[in-house]
Amino acid sequence: MPFINFSKDEIQCKIVYYGAGFCGKTTNLQYIYTQMGENTKGKMVSIDTRGDRTLFFDFLSLNLGKIRGFDVRVQLYTVPGQVHYDATRKLVLKGVDGVVFVADSLKVQRKKNIESLINLAKNLAEKGVSIRTVPLVLQYNKRDLDETDSEILPVEILEKDLNSMLKVPSFSASALKGAGIFETLREISKLVVKEVSRKIMLVDQQLR
Amino acid sequence: MNIIITREDLKKINFFLDKVVSSSLAHSVLLIDRSGQLIAQYGNNMDIDILSLSALTAANFGATAEIAKILGEEEFTLLFHKGKSENVYFTALGEHVIMVTLFDDKTSLGLIRLRINQIADELSNALVSIFKEKKEIPVLEPQRLS
Repeated sequence: MPFINFSKDEIQCKIVYYGAGFCGKTTNLQYIYTQMGENTKGKMVSIDTRGDRTLFFDFLSLNLGKIRGFDVRVQLYTVPGQVHYDATRKLVLKGVDGVVFVADSLKVQRKKNIESLINLAKNLAEKGVSIRTVPLVLQYNKRDLDETDSEILPVEILEKDLNSMLKVPSFSASALKGAGIFETLREISKLVVKEVSRKIMLVDQQLR
Repeated sequence: MNIIITREDLKKINFFLDKVVSSSLAHSVLLIDRSGQLIAQYGNNMDIDILSLSALTAANFGATAEIAKILGEEEFTLLFHKGKSENVYFTALGEHVIMVTLFDDKTSLGLIRLRINQIADELSNALVSIFKEKKEIPVLEPQRLS
C-alpha cells in the first residue's frame, strides 16, 4: 500500500524482508545501513532479544531520490523468522508494497526455507495479496559458506525449491560480506517504484 | 488500498490538529496509519525521529491489540506512556488511523484527553470521508512487472 502525499510530494513504500529464522534478514538491513550515506538514511530501529534474534522487527527508512517529481521514501522492515512468531509477521506485513524473501543456503535449512515461503504466501493471502502478483525478489543468502566446510545447496536446487512456480528475480548473496545485498535492494525497489508510478499516473488522471 | 493525501485533505486534517495543539498545550500531534506510515504532523519540537516513531507506534498498537484479544476485548483504543518530562498519548481514530499526541509537564493528561475527546469524532468522520473517496480510484489488475 503506497502512501502518496501530494502536499509534500512524497511517496512512502514498505518493503518487508521475509524468511526463516537466522537466514540473515537483519544482517541485510545492517549491511545496507552501514553502506548508505547519512543524507539518505534514517536511524535503524531493532526490537530484538538478548540473543540477537528479532523479536518484533527491524526498521530502516531510506530516501531513493525522485520519480515524476515525488520524493520516494522506502521503509525496510524485517520479520521475526521463528515459527511461533506468526502473529508478529502478520502485523509487519500490513500495508506491504514489496517483499524480499531471504533463503538460507545451508543444506540443513532446506525444509525451513520452503515452510517459510508457504507461510509468506498464506499470510499475504490473508491480507488479500497474492504472492504471484506482489513485487517479490528472492535472495539466496550465505553463498560465502561455499568456501567453507558447511554443506550448502546449489543455486539450482534453491531455484527449483522456491522459484520454479514464482519465476521472480533471484540473487545470490552474502549479507555478512555484502555481496548481492544492494543488487537485491535495487531490484525490489525498481519493482515497487514501477508499480507505484503506475498508480500515480492513474491518480494524476483522476485528479485532473 | 492506496492512501493518497491531497493538499485539500491535509488542510482539513491540520485544522483539527491545530485545534488539539492550541487547546491542550500539547507540543505536537502526529497522524499515523496502522501500517506505520506517517500521514500528517503538526506542532513544534519535530526534531525527533518521526519515521521511527510512526513504525513503532503502529507496532505498539498491533501488539496491544493482541493483548486486548487475549482479555476478550477487540482492542484498546487509547494508550498512554509517561516519562520524566515527555509523555505520549495514543488514540485510535477509526479503523485506519492512530493519533499520537506528545506533551510535557506544561499540561496534564486530563486536559489532553478532554480536548482529544472533543475533536475525535469530528476528525474520525473527516478521515473516513478522505479514505472513502480514495477507494473510488481505479486500480488496474495487479500484474507481474519485470
